[in-house]
Parts: sequence; C-alpha cells; structure tokens
Amino acid sequence: MSTLVFVEHHEGELQKGSLGVLAKAASLGGDVGAVLVGGGVKALAAETGAYGATKAHVLDDASLDPPLPQARVDAIAQVVRDGGYDTVLFANSVLAADIAAGLAARLDAGLNWDLVDIRTDFVGKRPALQDTVLVDVGWRSTPRLALFRAGSFDATPTGGSAPAVEDVSVDLEEHSRAAKIVGQELEQASGPSIEDAEIVIAGGRGLGAPENFTLAEELAKALGGAVGATRAVVDAGWYPYAAQIGQTGKTVSPKLYIALGISGAIQHKVGMQSSNTIVAINKDPNAPIFEFSDLGVVGDVHEIVPKLTELINARK
Amino acid sequence: MKIAVCVKHVPEGASKIDPATKRIDRSREGALNHFDANAVEEALRLKGDGDTEVVVVSMGPEQAGDSLRKALAMGADRAVLVSDDAAAGSDLVATSKILAQALEREGAELVLFGQQASDADGAVLWAAVAERLRRPVISQAAELSLAGETVHVKRQTEFGYDVIEAPLPAVVSVSDAINEPRYPSLKGIMGAKKKPSETFTLADIGVAAGDAGEAGSKTEVLALGDPPARADSRKIEGDASAAQAIVDFLAEKRLV
Repeated sequence: MSTLVFVEHHEGELQKGSLGVLAKAASLGGDVGAVLVGGGVKALAAETGAYGATKAHVLDDASLDPPLPQARVDAIAQVVRDGGYDTVLFANSVLAADIAAGLAARLDAGLNWDLVDIRTDFVGKRPALQDTVLVDVGWRSTPRLALFRAGSFDATPTGGSAPAVEDVSVDLEEHSRAAKIVGQELEQASGPSIEDAEIVIAGGRGLGAPENFTLAEELAKALGGAVGATRAVVDAGWYPYAAQIGQTGKTVSPKLYIALGISGAIQHKVGMQSSNTIVAINKDPNAPIFEFSDLGVVGDVHEIVPKLTELINARK
Repeated sequence: MKIAVCVKHVPEGASKIDPATKRIDRSREGALNHFDANAVEEALRLKGDGDTEVVVVSMGPEQAGDSLRKALAMGADRAVLVSDDAAAGSDLVATSKILAQALEREGAELVLFGQQASDADGAVLWAAVAERLRRPVISQAAELSLAGETVHVKRQTEFGYDVIEAPLPAVVSVSDAINEPRYPSLKGIMGAKKKPSETFTLADIGVAAGDAGEAGSKTEVLALGDPPARADSRKIEGDASAAQAIVDFLAEKRLV
C-alpha cells in the first residue's frame, strides 16, 4: 500500500492544508510520498519528511511555478504510474480541485471530494446536503483519489527525517501547456493572517455599515485574533477580499470563531464550520448560523459587541 | 463562433437522499442549478448581438428538459440533452466521459460551466471534461473576455486574482460573482418552445452503457449516517447584558 499526497506551496511556503493531509496519509500506514511541482520546490521538499513523507517527488521547474493545474496532472499521473501509488490525496484548493479532477479523467480513477476524514479501510467520510447527512463513500478500483475539505486535519509534525528526493521528468501534453498566467493581483491582509489565527472575529451584513467593522476589529484586538468577513460584505466593498471566509474565499479552523451579524449561508459555513468553538451573535433568531454554533446569542451586535470588548479588556 | 454551456437540473429546495438507491432523490420538482445560470448569462453576454450560437448541454432525466428550456428562455439558441436510464448514478469519471462525448459532437470553441452543482456540491466536473477533450481549462472566472482566438480570465483564488489566458478551444468555469443572471422575459419563455432541442441516448452519442451509470463509475456510496452534532449547543437572547454570558462561556472553555 502506498499513498501519494499533492503538497501545494505558495510564495515559498508549504500549505498547511496539504501538510495536514500528509500527516493523515502517514497515519494510514504504508509508504507515503509527497509530490511538489514548481520553481524551487526541491528546497521545500525536505520539510515534508516531518509530516510523514518518506519520499518526495519533485518537478523543480520555474516555468511551472504559476499555479495552473494541467501540467501538474501530467506530472502526478507519471508519478502515480512509476511509483505504483494506489491512493492520491489532495487538500482542497482552487488549484488542487482542478488537478484532482483532471487526474481522475486521465487515469479513469474514482475521485471522492469534500471528505472530512478517511479510514484505514479506505472508507471516506463526506458531509452532504448542507451537512445534514454524513455519507460513507468508497472506491471501486485503484488508484483512489480524494479531495479533503480544508482544515480537516491538523498539520502536526510527526518528527520524521528528511525524505528521499526524486526528480520527476515528464513530457507535458500540448493542452497542458496552453493556459498561461499573465498577471497576478495578490491581496495582503493587515494584521495576523486569518488562516493562522487561533481566534477569528468575522463580520457580515448584520454589522449594518462598513464603518461598523471597527466593532469586529476592536474585539479581535482584545482577544488577539484576526478579522474575517463574509462574501456579501466583501462584494459590497466593506472589507478586503483577503479577509473573505467561505467557498470563494479562505477556509479557517481556529479555536474560536465569533460571527457578528452573519446569517450562516452554506457558502460561508463551508469556510468556517471546522472551527473548534463557534459563537454567533445575530438579531434574527432563525439565522441558520445558530444551527451550528456552540453559543448562539440572539441580539444586537451594536449593543453586545462593545460591551463584550470592554469586559474582555477588563479581564486582562 | 459556438459557445456550449453545461447545465444541471437539480432538485428544488432542500435535497434528499433516497435511502434505497443512496442517490439524490430526483423525482421531485427540479430547477436549473442556479450556479449554471451564471454560465448561461456569461455566454449570452459574450454573444451580445453577434451571430455566436449558444448551445446548452445537459445530462439527466427527461425532466432536465425544464432546465434547458429555462436556459433557452434566457436566450440560448439550442439545447442538447443526454438522457438514458443507464446514465443514472454516474460519478465524475462516467459523467465526464458522457459530457465530453456530447461536447465533442458540438465542437464549440468555448465550453462554460457554473462554479458548482447546488445538489451534490461538486465543483470538479469541468477539469475532468477538459482533460477528456484535451483542452486548456480555467476555473473560478470572475471576469471573462474573448479577443480573437484567445480567452482571457481573471481567476479568483484563495490568494487574490490570477489573470490567465488560453487559446481557444478552451473550457472555463465561472464564479457566481461574474454576473447577475437575467430573468427570462415572457417573450423569451414563449420563444423557447420553438427553439431546436434534441435528446440523445448514450448509444446515439457513442457511449457504451458499461461506461455510464454505476457500471462506469469508480466511486460508490456505502452508507448514510447522521452527522456528529455540536455538543451542548446553547442559545440565549439578550441585549448588552448578554456580553457577560459570552465572557462566562469563553472563560469556561478557557478561551479568554
């Protein structure tokens, strides 16, 4: 049995989500390989050993650094064939989902997506239909492909030694080289990154106006957290896109998530539901967010939040 | 120029899984997957007043014709439905094979998808179809334009935006932030009935029954269960005084 994990990197850093999946793969037993594609990935490969990879397959090529899926399908298909991997795992992202699906078609291999866990007998766990059902899914053949929800596993180093690094050489398909990235607009959030923060305070439409985001910012400051936002308010220009949590934004799984004036639409829920503790304040008693909050407070954020910030500051 | 838009007919309202087949219950009233309406809208926007043909393509039960008619009422020119009992229960591998085969016959320069299916939450089909068609694929398009034989896309990712271009023919999935889909006009609804619409079986498009449905699928649903509930969820009501209750709760959880 051998499992391959696609390890994604961004600006010279391995992505936590991929490392979490790598650690999960190591816990399944058998050989665990990591595959990295892009410029300078050879230097990043050593780190995968600490999360359980015994082998790292690297395609270190600066021309493949732009995060596009199809050349990665070529590379991973080759690694799967040559290495005889029977399982290939991905942490979900815009890039990884496209690679996984392309690979499924290339190898005629089953892909289960949106998994939150996998057992050693290769039964995947997938919450479905707005998380009202937990579905057990399986594969009828190998290789088995799986995409995991972001934040499904903690990226806890297991203390393994550096993996054996193997270069991948592959002839790219013509259609895999056709798309090009000709420009990028990367947004930088100020303050701690919401993906790394242990506490996230997020604001939605219920804040009423863009200037009321100061309520979220002051509470975040008091708790030492970061500020997130729903897509609705980002689209309305109240807060930068870098802070957007949800399906088309970031996925977070902090220890504490406080939702201010957020209704909890499914598109937002998928980005924060794996938070350890969820507190929601919303004046609408029927807001869906109360269905998955540990503490739901039906009330006015404008009254409650300033008082909450004051009480927390007073405890210090 | 020809643009093909892939659309899905999804059950209306909250979906249910039929415990007998472990598939989504498709016997109830259905509607056009609302994410696909963005793809139809984008095709119509690109068409403008020009002579581009917009073809909507779907795979599904006969009732999927309702969703195709909605797309025709919005302004698409022609509809193609692949409907076959043997296709029911197709997973990604099988569905991508069937759709790719249907699209191959159309030979559209641009194939559009919506960002996900609202019933199964799948957001992967386009990349598998593009691979089978051996065409470049770009997902999460927040902006899309055509210039000659090239498609330009502003792709939204976790980190911001990438500006991507690819030569036609290409496959693009659009984000639901790309546009506001139009509502069909009364004239559009009346006109939709007269627009050309074809239904094919798997045999018609040259897909073997063994490559479709459960027989052609590589994944399976094994069991359905209840999701883990959040332990002791509490709900309180209140004004500023609720702030103390929140602090107490956080203290109890050792979060402050």
